[in-house]
Amino acid sequence: MAHVEGQQHPIGVYLWIWGLLFVLSAFSYLVDYFHFQGYLRWSLILVFMLMKAGLIVAVFMHMRWERLALMYAILVPPLCLLVLISLMAVEGDYTFVTRASSFGQGSGVPVEHPYRPHGAG
Amino acid sequence: MTQSVLTSTGASPPLPEGLQGIVADWSSDQRAFKKVPWGKAMMWIFLLSDTFIFTCFLTSYMTVRMSTTVPWPNPSEVFALTIAGHHIPLILIAIMTFILISSSGTMAMAVKFGYEKNKKMCSILLVVTAFFGASFVGMQAFEWTKLIVEEGVRPWGNPMGAPQFGASFFMITGFHGFHVSVGVIFLIITAIKVIRGDLDRQRPGFMTGRKGNYEIVEIMGLYWHFVDLVWVFIFAFFYLW
Repeated sequence: MAHVEGQQHPIGVYLWIWGLLFVLSAFSYLVDYFHFQGYLRWSLILVFMLMKAGLIVAVFMHMRWERLALMYAILVPPLCLLVLISLMAVEGDYTFVTRASSFGQGSGVPVEHPYRPHGAG
Repeated sequence: MTQSVLTSTGASPPLPEGLQGIVADWSSDQRAFKKVPWGKAMMWIFLLSDTFIFTCFLTSYMTVRMSTTVPWPNPSEVFALTIAGHHIPLILIAIMTFILISSSGTMAMAVKFGYEKNKKMCSILLVVTAFFGASFVGMQAFEWTKLIVEEGVRPWGNPMGAPQFGASFFMITGFHGFHVSVGVIFLIITAIKVIRGDLDRQRPGFMTGRKGNYEIVEIMGLYWHFVDLVWVFIFAFFYLW
């Protein structure tokens, strides 16, 4: 073999994935276009996003043809980020509740809009 | 004679697969990432660090959006355009998404033709990829101009709602646009190398003494696909959520 270390795959693979990414992106856009709301909207967005990300990493970046040592070294560490995201979600929720109870209506603190365009009001 | 050639190069036993393969690779007392060029492993590790950076941006965006008591501006409306009398929500962002995906497709094929030593197709596809990337940045410049000049969005406030909108928007899309711009520059450099035949003649790059070869096209491709990958997440979390 002349190129033991190169990734060589038939062009059809890339064209297929390209087409799939187009379709998935169109679906993502349609989620907004048709004004889906609530949990349906969020889950559809996440599903299409993860499918697109998976296709790009697996095929375009050739991850599915790499050895497990590289695959795990690259794909496992980002899972730590889920911890960060959950911690910050708890934190953001707490800040919201604190703000609402301290600065919200009925708390005695006057509510001001933080931005006044052109110095109005 | 034949025997010595076989033992020195060709006759190494097949590498073990699966979990056993991971243990064998890491304990081999050699390089851990086998069958992967050195530069490619390094690019993957750089992309891993970049993943952490972009996730920190998106996580801080999540935190400020969750914690604000002022309504968040509706991205669907903020990024709407009126084209030929029709008010279409989020259309510019959709076009940018399709352009970036197309550039990823052309990049993937450039890598393939590079390994086939098809100089012509490889360089054409690299230039097309760079063109898509440049037009993406151009549309982003248009989007920023529209938001800053017409809508009055600033990093510290905006007329539509929560003031954190501007800070998150400029930080996240600005950093991504910077990545795309750097990518375009390196795509052009890579295309020039391919066209000049540097990679066939194994001419070293300008910052290294290592011999040039078509692996750099694949490494360039990894970076470019990553830029597309980040956009997938920005599109989902910032524009669609």
